Amino acid sequence: MSNWFILGIILLYLGFLFLIAFLAERNKQSKWVNSPYVYALSLAVYCSAWTYYGSVGVAARSGVEFLAIYLGPVIAAPLWIIVLRKIIQLSKLYNVSSIADFISLRYGNNRSIGALVTIICAISIIPYISLQLKAISETFQIITSAEANPVEGFVFSDTTFYIAITLAIFASFFGTLSLDASKRRKGIMFSIAFESVLKLTFFLIVGIYVIFFVFDGTQDVYNQANEKINLSSLSSVGGISGGLNWYFTIVLSFLVIFLLPRQFQVSVVEFSDRSQLKKAIWVFPLYLFLFNVFVIFIAWGGIVKLGTQDFNPDYFSLLIPLENGHNWLAVLVFLGGFSAVISMVVVSTLALSTMLSNNLIIPYGFLKKFTKNESVKNEKYIKVIRRASIFSLILLAYILYSFFDQNVSLFAIGLISFLIIAQLAPSFFLGMYWNRGSSLGAKVGMISGLLVCFYTYVLPFFATVVYNNPSIQMNGPWGIEALRPYQLLGLDVLNPTTHALFWSLLVNFFMYAAFSVSFKGNYRERNYGEMFVNSEQVVAMKETAFVWKGEAYVADIQQLLIRFIGSARAEKALLIFRRRYQVNPEEKLADARFINFAERLLTGAVGSASAKILIGSVAKEKPVSLVEVLQILEENRKTISSNKSLEAQSRKLVLLTNKLQQANEELQLQDQLKDDFLDTVAHELKTPVTSIQASGEVLSDGEDMPFALRKQFIENILNDTERLAILINDILDLEKLASGRAQLDLQKHDLVQTAKKAIQGVQYIADKRKISLQLETVSSSIMADYDHHKMMQVLTNLLSNSLKFVEEEVGEIKLNLNSNKKQVSYQVIDNGKGIPKEDLPHIFKKFYQSKHQNLKKQKGSGFGLAICKQIVELHGGSISAQANRTKGACIQVEFPKNTNS
Amino acid sequence: MKKILIVDDEPNIVMALEYTLKKNDFQVFIARDGEEAIQMAQDKFPDVVVLDIMMPKVDGFEVLTQIKQNENLAHTKVIFLSAKNKATDIQKGMDRGADDYLTKPFSMKKILKTIEEQIRSSKLKVGSGKWEVESKKLKVGS
Repeated sequence: MSNWFILGIILLYLGFLFLIAFLAERNKQSKWVNSPYVYALSLAVYCSAWTYYGSVGVAARSGVEFLAIYLGPVIAAPLWIIVLRKIIQLSKLYNVSSIADFISLRYGNNRSIGALVTIICAISIIPYISLQLKAISETFQIITSAEANPVEGFVFSDTTFYIAITLAIFASFFGTLSLDASKRRKGIMFSIAFESVLKLTFFLIVGIYVIFFVFDGTQDVYNQANEKINLSSLSSVGGISGGLNWYFTIVLSFLVIFLLPRQFQVSVVEFSDRSQLKKAIWVFPLYLFLFNVFVIFIAWGGIVKLGTQDFNPDYFSLLIPLENGHNWLAVLVFLGGFSAVISMVVVSTLALSTMLSNNLIIPYGFLKKFTKNESVKNEKYIKVIRRASIFSLILLAYILYSFFDQNVSLFAIGLISFLIIAQLAPSFFLGMYWNRGSSLGAKVGMISGLLVCFYTYVLPFFATVVYNNPSIQMNGPWGIEALRPYQLLGLDVLNPTTHALFWSLLVNFFMYAAFSVSFKGNYRERNYGEMFVNSEQVVAMKETAFVWKGEAYVADIQQLLIRFIGSARAEKALLIFRRRYQVNPEEKLADARFINFAERLLTGAVGSASAKILIGSVAKEKPVSLVEVLQILEENRKTISSNKSLEAQSRKLVLLTNKLQQANEELQLQDQLKDDFLDTVAHELKTPVTSIQASGEVLSDGEDMPFALRKQFIENILNDTERLAILINDILDLEKLASGRAQLDLQKHDLVQTAKKAIQGVQYIADKRKISLQLETVSSSIMADYDHHKMMQVLTNLLSNSLKFVEEEVGEIKLNLNSNKKQVSYQVIDNGKGIPKEDLPHIFKKFYQSKHQNLKKQKGSGFGLAICKQIVELHGGSISAQANRTKGACIQVEFPKNTNS
Repeated sequence: MKKILIVDDEPNIVMALEYTLKKNDFQVFIARDGEEAIQMAQDKFPDVVVLDIMMPKVDGFEVLTQIKQNENLAHTKVIFLSAKNKATDIQKGMDRGADDYLTKPFSMKKILKTIEEQIRSSKLKVGSGKWEVESKKLKVGS
């Protein structure tokens, strides 16, 4: 296929990526862009051309060794999540924008450490990008010329150069659209996630293709490969030395998952939501697993079909389809590899450019210039610096690439990068868990580790591979055998990589520990160290946890903010701060919290080191001792717990207030009812009084009144007096019963006897009006606990009522007595006028009097049934009137035999 | 003879009132509830109605409204006689258009006096100006 065709595809693809990122940035709120899967998939930027092509090469050359690099993250996934969480907490708290920021912050916001880490990262990245370039250029040549052996060229005749330039331009613009490095770039991350899916898909496709189309299944591949070479050596670990190598490689890959700038960028800086971690913990290992499933089969397939003599096994995945004439598949594979390269290059140059500008260039060069300028100009400057750094990185990578021998494997180059970045491990990890770690220790450790690394790996690599002079490797420098780079001090069980790793980390760690213990760092690093180790508490405190105090004017800080983040954002920030802490806007002096707040804001724009310097320029520093910091932490713990108890208290108070309100409303209601009741009572009392007075007046004036009439009036007075007396008694009675002041005299009585007594009381009236009155009972004696006097009152009242409502001569009243194990009940049944349906719900209420009584004069007080109800209910029983009776009324009373039940 | 309609559901009170009024040369009619009262008023055209408020079915206010709306009873005076004695009740009664309001318990003397007052005041309205001048002379004299 022609160059232009492939170039065209490349350009199309780049354009497509730009489009995706742009659309994603535009639709920041969309479900797709914010899906936690985007985060999890973006972690797969770990798999670059190294994984895509390099692992096949390793598998073909040395068997399952390639797995070690991927096992690290998979095995340690749970541990990874725990440590990652802490890193994320701290980073979000301090607005960290890169790993250099993170480490420099830990050691007291130390500018030199930030610079050192940046340099280390840069050194580590350049060979890595070189290997990507190598992969791209070689696969490009393979696919365009379909030749196994790519032709070398240099600069302008070399397509690689143009590819490098394209990459550089793309990366520098793609990554620097926004200024605040700590702000998340959803668009870019979305396109990275997209690429992760793409490269996995294409790799899987070629894997399936090889196994099932080129061969007849996995067994077939194995058998055919076994014929050609002895596979057993390739699929085994290889004894103790092999085991050790595996172990160290796994450790290396675990460390590197945190330390690689691109991994830090996607896993920490771009983190936004807890749900993302939950997805990542299984998606990322799964991704790695899927990616590696077919590697060995593609490798074996390549060995069988192509052999490692004439063909570079790194590119088997491309060569096999080409050999079989499936060009389109090859293009897909190429595109997948290109994807892998692009994502790696974009993210790592992005991360590096941030580090370079924030930790190296600005603090050491441009800071003064910035403080004088406008924010817009500063923005432009920073962008230019970042773009320039991305460009330079890629160019340097190209230059390095051009020195490579074409036979060197991608895998080997990648390992150099890993080794170098691993030098950050002691200061990074120990810094998070050991508060004694000091900046001096970190610096010495890193530098010494680097030196050892150079000596044991990079130097011999360059000597042998680049300059083709293996003498140092074989015999040691100046012939000293003990100092042979690959077998330092005689340790020869490890392969070069793990050997280098072992020594460099050992020295690094030792130096770090030794120097940290011997030389205590300054108060600031100790404070930060304390904060980092106690990150959980600090995160809860936000601005109130400060490590240094300074005196500054709000106006000065304001100016600073405006310079670097623009006046609009500065205004907003000030407002938010004032509201959060209820700060008086008149206050001229900035308090420590505000200074910290401002420092964090600046960190987003220019990095923590520069931010510290800037703040330092307007604030006069006052040292905060460690004791103070610990006190602050302790105070805060107390405040939090007292806050919690205050909250609980206030909640209780709210509940209480509600209850009180309810009770008050109840009381008011009761009051109202009482008022109404009293009104009615007064009215009812006044009526007989009025009648008595009127009758009295008539009597006193009427001298010539006929005797019968006189007698009538006197009788009226007597009746009304009686009525009055009953009324007053009943009212008092009812009140006593209702208020609970009445005491029931509960004794064991025989209900039959009580009933007989009640009947006796009204027998006279019944006989006079020729009304039949009968007692029916289930047994001759029914024992129960009740107040005899009061129950008599009830029975008498009910019987009297019935007497009022039945007709003479034909009237029949029955008193039924019943009992079972637990209860006693009786009914008063009559064949009188009955209770009208509409009155049924009201008859037990106070003042109720039926208007259907037979007597002309009202003889009741209206309280009879109300009093009965009270008495019965005090016994724990119930009283009711039967509804739907055809004739007459039936009142039923029931109550428990023993009031204890 | 002047006609008085007594409306109250308490028989004893009615009995005392009836006796006293008859003794003072009034023609007495009795109604036991509001319904009966309206009917009576329409039939007998009383000069004064002594009206209880709290009665079953139709209460005193309703009776008052009916009487006042009736053109034939324009000369009828209505005196409320009620146990409700709060200022608000009295105000309400007067606002509804009652001519007077007496509270229970009452004295017979007061009732008689009030009835006579009401009759006199209606007399003053009815008739020509000659009578008015006459009565004014009388008042000035005493």
